[in-house]
Amino acid sequence: MPEKHKHVADKPDNAQNANAPAEETAAVVSVDTAGGAMEPSAVPATAQSGQLPGGPDTLMRKIFTGSGMVSVLAVLLALIIGGLLIASTDERVSTTAGYLFARPTDFLGAVWNAATRSYIALFQGSVFNPRGNGLALQFAPLMETLTIATPLITAGLGVALAFRAGLFNIGGQGQIIMAGIVAAWVGFALDLPVGLHLLLVLVAGIIGGAVWGGLVGLIKARTGAHEVILTIMFNYIALYFLRYLLNTPAFQRPGESNPISPILDPTAVYPQILGTQYRLHLGFVLAIAATVLVWWLLNRSTVGFEFRAVGANPKAAQTAGINVSRSTILVMALAGGLAGMAGVAQVAGTEKVLTDGVAATYGFDAITVALLGRSTPWGTFAAGLLFGAFRAGAVQMQIQTGTPIDIVLVVQSLIVLFIAAPPLVRAVFGLNPRKKKSTPKKGSKTGSRETAQAAAGGAA
Amino acid sequence: MKTSLRATLKRGSMAGMATVGATALLLTACGAAPETGGSTEAATDYTGCIVSDSGGFDDQSFNQSSYEGLKKAEKDLGIKVNQVESKTNNDFEPNLRAMVTAGCDLTVTVGFLLGDATKTQAEANPDSHFAIVDFAYETPIENVKPIIYDTAQAAFMAGYLAAGTTKTGTVATFGGIKIPTVTIFMDGYADGVKYFNEQKGKDVKLLGWNKEAQDGSFTGDFEKQDVGKQLTQNFLDQGADIVMPVAGPVGKGAGAALTEAKAAGKDVKLIWVDSDGFLTAPEYKDIMLSSVMKKMGEAVEDVVKEDKDGNFNNDPYVGTLENDGVSLAPFHGFDAEVPAELKTELEQIKKDIIDGKLKVESAASPKA
Repeated sequence: MPEKHKHVADKPDNAQNANAPAEETAAVVSVDTAGGAMEPSAVPATAQSGQLPGGPDTLMRKIFTGSGMVSVLAVLLALIIGGLLIASTDERVSTTAGYLFARPTDFLGAVWNAATRSYIALFQGSVFNPRGNGLALQFAPLMETLTIATPLITAGLGVALAFRAGLFNIGGQGQIIMAGIVAAWVGFALDLPVGLHLLLVLVAGIIGGAVWGGLVGLIKARTGAHEVILTIMFNYIALYFLRYLLNTPAFQRPGESNPISPILDPTAVYPQILGTQYRLHLGFVLAIAATVLVWWLLNRSTVGFEFRAVGANPKAAQTAGINVSRSTILVMALAGGLAGMAGVAQVAGTEKVLTDGVAATYGFDAITVALLGRSTPWGTFAAGLLFGAFRAGAVQMQIQTGTPIDIVLVVQSLIVLFIAAPPLVRAVFGLNPRKKKSTPKKGSKTGSRETAQAAAGGAA
Repeated sequence: MKTSLRATLKRGSMAGMATVGATALLLTACGAAPETGGSTEAATDYTGCIVSDSGGFDDQSFNQSSYEGLKKAEKDLGIKVNQVESKTNNDFEPNLRAMVTAGCDLTVTVGFLLGDATKTQAEANPDSHFAIVDFAYETPIENVKPIIYDTAQAAFMAGYLAAGTTKTGTVATFGGIKIPTVTIFMDGYADGVKYFNEQKGKDVKLLGWNKEAQDGSFTGDFEKQDVGKQLTQNFLDQGADIVMPVAGPVGKGAGAALTEAKAAGKDVKLIWVDSDGFLTAPEYKDIMLSSVMKKMGEAVEDVVKEDKDGNFNNDPYVGTLENDGVSLAPFHGFDAEVPAELKTELEQIKKDIIDGKLKVESAASPKA
């Protein structure tokens, strides 16, 4: 396969074969894209280097030198800017700005008030609501967060897995839709006993997503077509296919012609694991299982090693005897299967019907989640929880303070922006590594570590 | 060298931003501080709430109309209003649940997509009241009032008007997505054209909708205005001179295509839907023949008022020509161009429909 993988071939951060001193430079350089000196790769460096080279080194070192810190700082920065945006749309802030010089405390107080009120509402809507009646209701927001996080986690894992193999999988949306179609159909059209029905819904959904993702892998492996273009087009095909199906009687409710499917049979939906007062369903447990599975796959299995090798350098992997085509197809099928689990979580977990909005924006949010989680399984899991919290809290924020829900989308988008531009984040927090290059490496490392610690301390 | 240059640039831009910011502050920040004082309380404890579908409250369609109705109730009746927008279908249930928890007396939900979520919450909270716009349940629910419209009646008049006004003998329509609340417009429009042909022995052609086959032209969503523009262009090329887009904001695409055609010397006209387009889409004033109005704001306000006065019931509110829930908008600028004879005939049709002498039927009509 001579030219096909050129776009990912020039990546310098090959974790496997670097030795200690060279590796530090590589890490810094790769995370920074070396100020444009390196040819940019299709996948952001922060996403590829799921685990920073460093082997048995300490966790602290990883946190403060790696892009993990960038993720945390990106979220922090996005929240600060989001807070300013909230303040800028606040009525009280604009009134007090009118007499800023006469009584500046009013203005600053109003800014602080607007931002904190919104974020407190966000917290109350996503983690803990002290006004709830009894402990069960007080923790209801947390359960809601976990529920919304479920599809984000599995779809995010799909994207992360593909990232690790050097593939930019934008097809989460289409894979969720195809899984949703198949799973929903099995759920409402077939009549099967308890247990078997749900199992079949799950399997059908995973297969649906896997086929849709695997097709992309197949076309890429056979023809060299770029996966970004393929997945985007496949998203459209899936969406319009779904819309077509929803206009056929087979997918509509008897006697109605609205594009909405019948409700899934009770035997086909995920049981609510913590009682009926919460929406939290079995899918969340499966999402945890999927995270463990992906972790095992990437870090403990031969197949996962091959994925990472292909992601690091397909040409080298080829030379080393790894079947790159096979890995490409397999990783895309697995990614599709994981996104498929998100589709099942939608139709069998929360929605219980099939509409053309079945995938919501999970396919695209999943990309952010994977980026934020640095493409590690547990990182993605945590990022999924964070985004679930944003989404759950946004409802409360809108109701309590009238903050438009779009603010949450702005915060999400800012996070992506900052993750895509690590030097920007470092510059803002005063820990740009470019300054270090003039000074001896070892000393500067400790120095930057202190700065980072200081910044983190200040933030907390 | 490179680094220092960058630093200079950065410093420069920061300074620039600071200057702009400071200027803005100076311009706005010199007012006097007001006296500290108390706040005003709402006149009543009644809270009316609304949950949008994914279109949001600025969709220039039913979300917006319903929202405006509730806002009007806030002003006229002095109630408290709580609103929450859904970004995706996933938000429906959490949003509704949050509304009930927030202590809403009546929650208005918009669109058939919210049907299931509204049902679930209504059954779980029998003491709360709900109203759902543009959707009715097969079996009525005790505490949910459907607000639905027999839009075909007004669209029938629009079809007759279009057929009576066309110069080319061809009129057209298209929809956003093929759902009953859209096709009901197109059915009525088609029947109006057909009725005109029967009465006058003419052969005015309709493009974009076949009532028998229940199939026609759709843009595929309520967002892509360029697709609406393209479709309209196609209709113009096929000889149509009056177009009725039933696609919310996509109607603006039709407006754009028709404006271009008019600038090129063609005599073309637009029929708006939902609201009086002469007022809500004034940029197309000079091609706006009329509008098929669906008065959702008024209905929402009425339902809120009823509920506030303790007269809630779950009988569907059906907007018709008779109760003025649907109607044909005034001709405004085209008033002089519509022949007096045609105006009388339209009045007669309206009367006949109200009296039941003239039956307008659509597969999507509300079942009585």
